[in-house]
Amino acid sequence: MNTQDDRAESDPAEEPFGEPGCGDAVDLLYQYLDGELDGDTVMRIEVHLRRCSPCLEAFDFHDELRNVIRSKCAESMPPDMRARLLAMLSDPTL
Amino acid sequence: MGVADQAKFTDAVEPFMDALYAAAMRMTRSPADAEDLLQETFLRAYRGYPNFADGTNLRAWLYRILTNTYINIYRARQRRPDQTELDDVEDLYLYRRIGGLEAASLGRSAEDELMDLFTEGEVREALDELPDNFRVPVLLADVEGFSYKEIAEMMDTPIGTVMSRLHRGRKHLQKSLHGFAAARGLLTDEVASAENR
Repeated sequence: MNTQDDRAESDPAEEPFGEPGCGDAVDLLYQYLDGELDGDTVMRIEVHLRRCSPCLEAFDFHDELRNVIRSKCAESMPPDMRARLLAMLSDPTL
Repeated sequence: MGVADQAKFTDAVEPFMDALYAAAMRMTRSPADAEDLLQETFLRAYRGYPNFADGTNLRAWLYRILTNTYINIYRARQRRPDQTELDDVEDLYLYRRIGGLEAASLGRSAEDELMDLFTEGEVREALDELPDNFRVPVLLADVEGFSYKEIAEMMDTPIGTVMSRLHRGRKHLQKSLHGFAAARGLLTDEVASAENR
């Protein structure tokens, strides 16, 4: 079983998708999608993604999954609750 | 604050009410508790508004108050809130099982496929099932799009803790989603082919 800590080996057979650099890319997948990486690391990942379609597909999948989660969690406040909260906020004794 | 300032505050926060409600629902998992939480959040925000500096991010400020208020109420109710742990789930759990499925049909985007695969109720339930200390960072990152630094500030937690909880929380959420789809029998073939890969 491949773990995050044995990627220094860089044995292609041990990489998640069989290419050198896949382990690194997968470890940093969410930090990349979250926009939390520095420019050099972003560039290194994008170089890998251009030549590794399995990783590119995995990155796309997680990006899309997050969009799905975000859109399915959107909901509007029930009108009666909104009215109660607005009434509280406009109460002169607040 | 005077009446004019009070109206100004209401005008400023009203555009965020739906989003704050959705977040409060995922935090508390009940409309009545969400309303209590929002009421307390708006009261605290109202009291703090005179000190709110123009130009700072109002949305992040409101979420910080919401999160703080929720965590404080939650911590008061729970004996050992931070000790809930989650088993480790393998990386790419969901992708390895359904990654090919979303690209299956011609003429539809992969995202549409994924959008149809899970119902609203399933996605919300998968999130709701996470323990608080994992659910809150996943909510703030994946649904609300805040940065690790902002989440760390909102939760009063070190950034490294936020990152590790996000990592585990996201994988668990994916495992739950897979469980829902598998239970509906949608994934029988895909699961079998993933196991044989």
